[in-house]
Amino acid sequence: MYDYTDFDAAFVAERNRQFRAQVERRVAGHLTEDEFKPLRLMNGLYLQLHAYMLRVAIPYGTLNSAQMRQLALLAETWDKGYGHFTTRQNIQYNWPKLPDVPDMLDALAKVNLHAIQTSGNTIRNVTADHFAGAAADEVADPRPVAELLRQWSTDHPEFQFLPRKFKIAVTGSDNDRAVIKAHDIGIQVVERDSEIGYRILVGGGLGRTPMIGKVLNDFVSQDDLLPYVESVVSVWNLLGRRDNKFKARIKITVHEHGIDEIRRRVDAHFTRIKPSFSGLDTTLFDAIKAAFAPPTFRNESTAIYDTAYKTDPIFRAWADTNLWTHRAPGYAIAQISLKAHGETPGDATADQMRVMADLAEFYGHDELRISHEQNVILPHVHKSDLPGIHGILKKHGLATANIGLISDIIACPGMDYCALATARSIPVAQEIATRFEELKLEHEVGPLKIKISGCINACGHHHVGHIGILGLDRAGVENYQITLGGDGTQDAALGERTGPGFAYDEIVPAIERIVLAYLAHRDGPGETFLAAYRRLGIAPFKAALYGAGQADAA
Amino acid sequence: MARAFTPKVITANALLEGDVVYLTEDDRWSRHLSEAELLTDEAHAQVRLLMAEGQSETVVGVYLASAAPGETGPEPTHFREEFRRTGPSNYTHGKQEHFPPRA
Repeated sequence: MYDYTDFDAAFVAERNRQFRAQVERRVAGHLTEDEFKPLRLMNGLYLQLHAYMLRVAIPYGTLNSAQMRQLALLAETWDKGYGHFTTRQNIQYNWPKLPDVPDMLDALAKVNLHAIQTSGNTIRNVTADHFAGAAADEVADPRPVAELLRQWSTDHPEFQFLPRKFKIAVTGSDNDRAVIKAHDIGIQVVERDSEIGYRILVGGGLGRTPMIGKVLNDFVSQDDLLPYVESVVSVWNLLGRRDNKFKARIKITVHEHGIDEIRRRVDAHFTRIKPSFSGLDTTLFDAIKAAFAPPTFRNESTAIYDTAYKTDPIFRAWADTNLWTHRAPGYAIAQISLKAHGETPGDATADQMRVMADLAEFYGHDELRISHEQNVILPHVHKSDLPGIHGILKKHGLATANIGLISDIIACPGMDYCALATARSIPVAQEIATRFEELKLEHEVGPLKIKISGCINACGHHHVGHIGILGLDRAGVENYQITLGGDGTQDAALGERTGPGFAYDEIVPAIERIVLAYLAHRDGPGETFLAAYRRLGIAPFKAALYGAGQADAA
Repeated sequence: MARAFTPKVITANALLEGDVVYLTEDDRWSRHLSEAELLTDEAHAQVRLLMAEGQSETVVGVYLASAAPGETGPEPTHFREEFRRTGPSNYTHGKQEHFPPRA
């Protein structure tokens, strides 16, 4: 895992020192809020509905046990004993007090974490496949590239006042688990004639105007990567619509100018700046790559796992849903669900964080991942350790066997916390999960991704949910629009709106009708919700939602 | 024709804690909406808003929020303000931790 250099540590320490002084000046009345706000946002500190909120970046979703324990310490010392993992591989603390924030940032710096560029019109936390370095289907670990981009983008002088925020995601696999097509830049590690390079997508994004990213370049070589990405951001930095916040993201720039024109400009810019890249970036990349060398895997029997799988039905159910294929023989990727039925998606208590840190340290080569789906992953676990791990998870409310199922819901904080929200999302997620637990239908329904956003900005990725839910304020009342058929993978698709929205107390029954319609219409248990939707179209689901008479009219 | 003025309260967040606060008639910032001054005259509301906005050393994000007269003081008219005066719905955190909502 990448460790801070002296330069990194000094940079973060200096920023923290500056921010401490800024907070002191604000509290003493020497800075107005107008003066202070951009400074606090540069350090990830928002003011939300009921309190401040501190957003801490978890670069490419990777943590070691010491870092996870420090996140627990922050939750316990300066917050209310928990933290909220987000869809951008960040953690948010919902209740910090302004005078405490400098101490929180210093505590984070001790374990190489910070909140820089988790807000504002900058390049945000670079996210990656949460199975990076472990997945069997991977061309190469995407994290060295993500770390290179993190170093390049942090405090990059040209990119501190971009037209709007800018999000980059990286995957090392054809099976996209990082939603790269819904990012400003999506990067896929690819191999061509045994050379590793990068496919660059641009102009994806959700929010008010959702768009699927387009391929800008099929193969950018390692040597060209940084100048190429810099060219993309530079071209947009000049072209982007600063006159209109709603048209400022690169997806609109690509849409307005066309992908061919953007490519022409990027190529021209690239030709200009490439000579100024001395090769230091590739030397740096090699050093970073070495830091992400895979751990030494054990070679031993999986008999303990095989026996537990055969004899313990609870363990088997968990193994069937929560494990994923690892590249090393005898190993598995273990997913820890933060979606216990009825709980807040993505929340973990300080105790749970410590348990996960302990498990990572003792069983998991000291590695943890945070997924954009708001779960935690032990990426490298030998199968013989899984029964023991499962036993410990069970004791701490962390053994929910629901990864990829209907209760594994992404939900943004919504109007329970967020100042921008137009409706609540968390209680809708809680009630859907609880309802399907009551119905005992979850496992019969099978793979189904529900994603909920509490406003049009789509932090809950509702457009790419198999079932998407968008909470709006309609004439002073919460109202929920449903979209169907969205997909956040390599086959990315935007969901289609079913029709009129539903009131708060109608939304859970509406979801139930959709799911029952799927069960009634599917070919058999082998046909997933998404496959059935693609075969059937929206009509039977509209009929289930609005009644047969309105299905065609809606 | 200009829209008729509807009653408002002045609300903000406390600078240090971030708590939702309301301006009272005697110029205090209260944690309780019921103690807020209900402003029924637009000109008076503007004067009070200017005064409140000048208190940048105490509060952040001052604005006028619609409210209606109730038995024990102003009541919210929109669900956002209902959440602000109570706290989140997933945990008993925020206001409701210390001041449980009246039945």
